[in-house]
Amino acid sequence: MPDPILAAEAVTAGYVPDLPILKNVSLAARTGQITLIIGPNGAGKSTLIKAVAGLVHINSGRILVAGREITGQSADRLASNGIAYVPQNNNIFRSLTIEQNLTLAARRAPAQTGVPLESLYAQFPALADKRRDKAGTLSGGQRQFLAIAMALAAAPRLILMDEPSAGLSPKAAQEVLEHARTLTAEGVSILLVEQNVNQAMRLADHCYIFAEGRNQLDGPAAELLNDPVVGEIYLGGRRVGAA
Amino acid sequence: MQNLIDGILTGSYISLGAIGLTLVMHILRFANFSHAELLSIGAYAALVCDALVSALTPAFAAKLGPLSLTWSLMAAIVVSMIFTGLSAVVLDRLVFKRVREKGAELSMVFASFGMALVIRNVIGLIFGLSPELYSKDIAFAVVLSRDPLLLVKPDQVFVLLAALLLMLILHLILSRTTFGFSLRAVAENPALAQVNGVNLNRTIMAVWLIGGALAAAAGVFYGLSHQIIPVMGRDLVLPIFAATIVGGIGSVYGAVLGGFIVGIAANMSVLVLPAGYTPSIPFLLILAVLIMRPHGLFGEARA
Amino acid sequence: MIGVISYLVFFATTASILAIAVLGLNLQWGNTGLFNGGVVAFFGAGAYGTLILGGTPQAGHLGGFELIYPLALLGGMVLAGAMAWIVGLLTLRLRHDYLAIATFGVAVAFENLMRNAEWLAGGAKGVRGFERPLRDALGDGFTYNLIFFAGVLCVLICVYLFLERLVASPFGRLLRAIREDEEAAQSLGKSPARVRLTAFVTGSVILGLAGGLYGTFYAFVSPQDVLPTLTFQIWAMLIVGGAGNNRGAILGAFLIWGAWTASGWALSRFAPVEAQLYTGSVQFVLIGAVIVGMLLWRPQGLFPERLVVSQTGITPQKEQGA
Repeated sequence: MPDPILAAEAVTAGYVPDLPILKNVSLAARTGQITLIIGPNGAGKSTLIKAVAGLVHINSGRILVAGREITGQSADRLASNGIAYVPQNNNIFRSLTIEQNLTLAARRAPAQTGVPLESLYAQFPALADKRRDKAGTLSGGQRQFLAIAMALAAAPRLILMDEPSAGLSPKAAQEVLEHARTLTAEGVSILLVEQNVNQAMRLADHCYIFAEGRNQLDGPAAELLNDPVVGEIYLGGRRVGAA
Repeated sequence: MQNLIDGILTGSYISLGAIGLTLVMHILRFANFSHAELLSIGAYAALVCDALVSALTPAFAAKLGPLSLTWSLMAAIVVSMIFTGLSAVVLDRLVFKRVREKGAELSMVFASFGMALVIRNVIGLIFGLSPELYSKDIAFAVVLSRDPLLLVKPDQVFVLLAALLLMLILHLILSRTTFGFSLRAVAENPALAQVNGVNLNRTIMAVWLIGGALAAAAGVFYGLSHQIIPVMGRDLVLPIFAATIVGGIGSVYGAVLGGFIVGIAANMSVLVLPAGYTPSIPFLLILAVLIMRPHGLFGEARA
Repeated sequence: MIGVISYLVFFATTASILAIAVLGLNLQWGNTGLFNGGVVAFFGAGAYGTLILGGTPQAGHLGGFELIYPLALLGGMVLAGAMAWIVGLLTLRLRHDYLAIATFGVAVAFENLMRNAEWLAGGAKGVRGFERPLRDALGDGFTYNLIFFAGVLCVLICVYLFLERLVASPFGRLLRAIREDEEAAQSLGKSPARVRLTAFVTGSVILGLAGGLYGTFYAFVSPQDVLPTLTFQIWAMLIVGGAGNNRGAILGAFLIWGAWTASGWALSRFAPVEAQLYTGSVQFVLIGAVIVGMLLWRPQGLFPERLVVSQTGITPQKEQGA
């Protein structure tokens, strides 16, 4: 069985060293799949993504990419590990134009294997029309697509997405999530955090449910979709101890 | 009108000094009271280099046209810019970085106060306290018009053009090169910049290099129009800070505009106030900006 | 013998006056985390205010209100406080650098104004004509200096006690809360900006008090007394002594003032004649190095802030695993 594209082993992490938000979390994202993390607010979903990205201090545990350990590396090493990260907020540079955003994002590709801008514009025609406009003038949905385009610019094998549908209309949210699905068809793996549980679970392959900084339950998304245990965890009725 | 012209010329070197300061203030989040000393370092470095080059290659001691500048001084300016840029990086490594890592951001402001004192007085100990000049010749002003009487020295025109040229180069870098984008990206959102592959430490180093180089040019330009004294930094601290506040901390274009506004205001103020009050003008500008538009012309609260 | 004691009294008086100033700065920086880059302006406001309000009429400039001494001193303090209030109001809601720059600007403008506005305060000639309090009764000699020193010491102790109580009071807890975690404090309904303003103005009033005493002691003040040098000296005293610790602040004052006068004396005694011009530069390099050195080596000062336990009998527990 090949290594999962991303594995977290017993990770304890937090923004302040004395106050861990993630407690002993283990997780695996399979290659070419959408791995989904859901859970109530404050469960530590975003924190896990940020820990993988190198933006949050990891107290103990390991993060491995395709079997290679990357624990504790700073965020600017993401691209060299083949990872791209789409944050939930402030995920584009408003003062730069679309073109400048993409050029910057493409440049970090290791050994110049960056994606040519034209191919990105082909994937996202709405951005092509406005390429000389400052990113701050875009609508919420367009900004999300720009952020995803920036992630794609370095030809990553894994994309971390933190609530990409947040703040979007249901239609735009659906477009974003479906776009994620097409990416996996092309071989890109996606680790996705979402609050939009129904839409996301229909498109995901595997699903983790976090609460209170721990992985409470995980399984194939199709099975969990109809499992009442999901609701119980959200409402606090069911908790698993140390995993 | 003469005051306006003088103001524009003063503004050119204040702008150059302010660009570096506004970037450091925005990215490193501290008011660097020692930035003005980089102008002193630049001015003195150019002095030394000028003397060296003239001594080694007497041919370079020839002047350029109507300017009082010699070829050796031109070369000295370039060398001084590089030297001062490197000095800024060294100072950061030795002092500011270590204070940064130890904790409070405000300690860096402190440390910069202390560094300013040390640098200023070490220069005084090395070079002596009497004023220096780049050229002992008297520069004659050119009469632009007789009524109203407008005088301009060729040196001053050179300073203005050179300053504008440097700003233009910086503008092109910021708007056309990927490196420029990465600098602006770090200024807007350092975490996101990292996520997009930008190395923060290298960017900080670049900011010090650019800031130091521009400050060196500003110092030399100041030295051309005034004298070079060890405490010249002390009198430039407030105008340069005022320029960054007027323009908005973090905005390079704001710093440029702010610099000219400060220069013009300071020079035009003698029309209404006795000349002795000129040092207070930058402070009044700061007060005005804080009352009317605290974030300056182009500044925004940092994310 | 009298000479040595007389000198020591002189030294101790100045050091004590500066210690009062350092205490004021400690309230601003040590307790509230505010950077006052223009300490000398508030100090100077106190000095000039006291002398102008309490002095005899002088030809050529404002003054000579001949108010009784306590009122004159109070006037100086109010002037310092008013300046602080204006500057604070404009800058305290913005990022911390703005206060640093604005106060620095105030100091530059203050010195500039005092040097140029002859009609206001005598310009470069300074303010004279101040009768030191109780001079008629005690004369001008050693006895007076001793009694004056005792008076200053009393003021110092009073200010110290006042600040110690302030730090232990609810207001002090509020200051610490805002310094440590502003958002939490805001969520409790406290307005950080207003609290900081109060702390800033109070600290500046204390600075003004010190300035007033200073002016009284010398019965003269001029622009030479309000140079940035004093700001650096007072800062160095606080950094060396320990920001956040009032006892450390006082000790720092005596230490640094001692070092300054000693180095000044040593340089003028041992340095060759040609180098005498540079003694000032050397002293500045030393003080700058002390500031930077302390920040790198021991930023909390020689006497770091003692944690104030506001409720006895309860010791903080280490957080159990959630």
